[in-house]
Amino acid sequence: MHSRRIRQSVCTAPDRSHDVIIEWVQQGSSVLDLGCGDGTLLRRLHRERGTTGCGIEIDEEQVCRAVEQGVSVLHGDIDSGLPDYADRSFAYVILNQSLQQVRHVETVLNEALRVGRRVIVGFPNFAYLPARLQLFFGGRVPVTGSLPYAWYDTPNLHFLSIKDFVEYCRTRGIAVERAAYIAGNRRIRLLPNLRADSGLFMLHRPSEETSHGSMV
Amino acid sequence: MSVVVHREYVETRTAVFTEGVPLDCGFLLAPLTVAYETYGTLSPSRDNAVLIAHAFTGDAHAAFWHESDEKPGWWHDMIGPGKAFDTDRCFIVCSNVLGGCKGTTGPSTVNTATGKPYGPDFPPITIRDMVRVQKKLMDHLGIERWLAVAGGSMGGMQALQWAVDYPEAVQSVIAIATALRHSAQQIALDEVGRQAIMADPYWRDGNYYGSDPPARGLAVARMLGHITYMSDASMREKFGRRLKESGARFHFDPLFEVEGYLHYRGESFIKRFDANSYLHITRAMDTYDLIGERRLAEVFAATRARFLVISFSSDWLYPPPQSQEIVRACKSAGCDTTYCNIQSAYGHDAFLVEFAQQTRLIRGFLNRIRPTRENRNA
Repeated sequence: MHSRRIRQSVCTAPDRSHDVIIEWVQQGSSVLDLGCGDGTLLRRLHRERGTTGCGIEIDEEQVCRAVEQGVSVLHGDIDSGLPDYADRSFAYVILNQSLQQVRHVETVLNEALRVGRRVIVGFPNFAYLPARLQLFFGGRVPVTGSLPYAWYDTPNLHFLSIKDFVEYCRTRGIAVERAAYIAGNRRIRLLPNLRADSGLFMLHRPSEETSHGSMV
Repeated sequence: MSVVVHREYVETRTAVFTEGVPLDCGFLLAPLTVAYETYGTLSPSRDNAVLIAHAFTGDAHAAFWHESDEKPGWWHDMIGPGKAFDTDRCFIVCSNVLGGCKGTTGPSTVNTATGKPYGPDFPPITIRDMVRVQKKLMDHLGIERWLAVAGGSMGGMQALQWAVDYPEAVQSVIAIATALRHSAQQIALDEVGRQAIMADPYWRDGNYYGSDPPARGLAVARMLGHITYMSDASMREKFGRRLKESGARFHFDPLFEVEGYLHYRGESFIKRFDANSYLHITRAMDTYDLIGERRLAEVFAATRARFLVISFSSDWLYPPPQSQEIVRACKSAGCDTTYCNIQSAYGHDAFLVEFAQQTRLIRGFLNRIRPTRENRNA
């Protein structure tokens, strides 16, 4: 039963976030998609926004599919793929549904903010109401559309809420330019931390002084 | 076998350049003969040509059949209608390397100045020289720009060298199981092969044409080579500790199957390869170094080519980190790059064996280099 629900949700959830990302990304800009999967987002970005750029993906089968879709992709893990790029090599670095899967979140996010002028982060919201209900009333680790995995078989290493992430950015001096909240296929505006199953943020690192000044 | 196989026959052709070619060492090698094959049709706009560069002991016969063939060209599964290198779309060129012994000028070629084979007088050659010779062939064929230059192992070195030396003539590079330069381990392995040849009394300082060649030494070099082309896992699977069926007459006759296999490989190699070519070409690989004194970011600074880099997980001769170094050089130069480390148990040999994944990657990659026509998959 679970597996059926899981598969469905994996297919629909990212698409809405793709729409938002495509809406945010400027025409003709360069994009690095970390954890690009089969390259669907990069292909859409290229077609609909005329972007250039490439993806990083750890799974060989997904790499092959991305190449077959005409996408440039580097086979490897996100954690080690960023240091080779010069500062501000890309207009956007995208971490859609992949940040919660990297081992060293802070390092990757800092590297992404260095390599990209802007960073777009999308992640599943652990404080989503159905997740809270499952935990509170069911007494079980939640399985939702955006968190579709059972505890024993999840690629997710970190669990966070929209509130957590906003707080994180505030304390680290990372500027949040835009935010979008999604539940299933809908955009959520009211009480996102309760009602959205995932959040999307467009970030940038404000000029040097401010970011260093607010590190603590 | 009663299976009817449609065989498309091809021939190796030669181009002769009487003016010769100037080499890195300062020597003018003239005349120069280049053996090559082509498959498919050059488009009227001459923009669909792909150069396939062969590995160390390969030759111009990359695909299809010769009349005398028991098996087709060395990359037949990758080249042809609907294959990775689609002859319905592309015009494929493959030539024997400079210094080889399969039709292109090499140490066994007769030196017109003396009327005898070059032998010990053959000049030192480099990967750059090999590419310079391919450039002459390119001009001869009336091609201005390669859609792609592709190759595995030493073929990959040539492909990368092309991007460095003739950036305007290369639209894309496919570098498989290769490196920007040889490591100490690779040089060491080559040196053992060379020493095996030179320790053979028949080598006679390279002056053996017309008499018995240093066959034992060459066979030993090849045996070592074959060990480096396989992986621990592939040897384990292929031979394990199985014993040869025919018993050993002498205590040190081949006892295990793996020994018999290496002997067989060594014996068949000496029939088709020249010891002096072995020495010269391994030396060219060892001295090849695209980085030199440069920073990695400068290696491909001049090229706008797109790169496809492929490595194989169990390849310990050209291990994945060497391919990843190529990728870093491409990335830091801002080149559009695709990289895949294919999971394989076949070691370095994988580039001649793992066709399915390589085909997906190369087809996908080449489609984008020239997205003019739709896929025509068989």
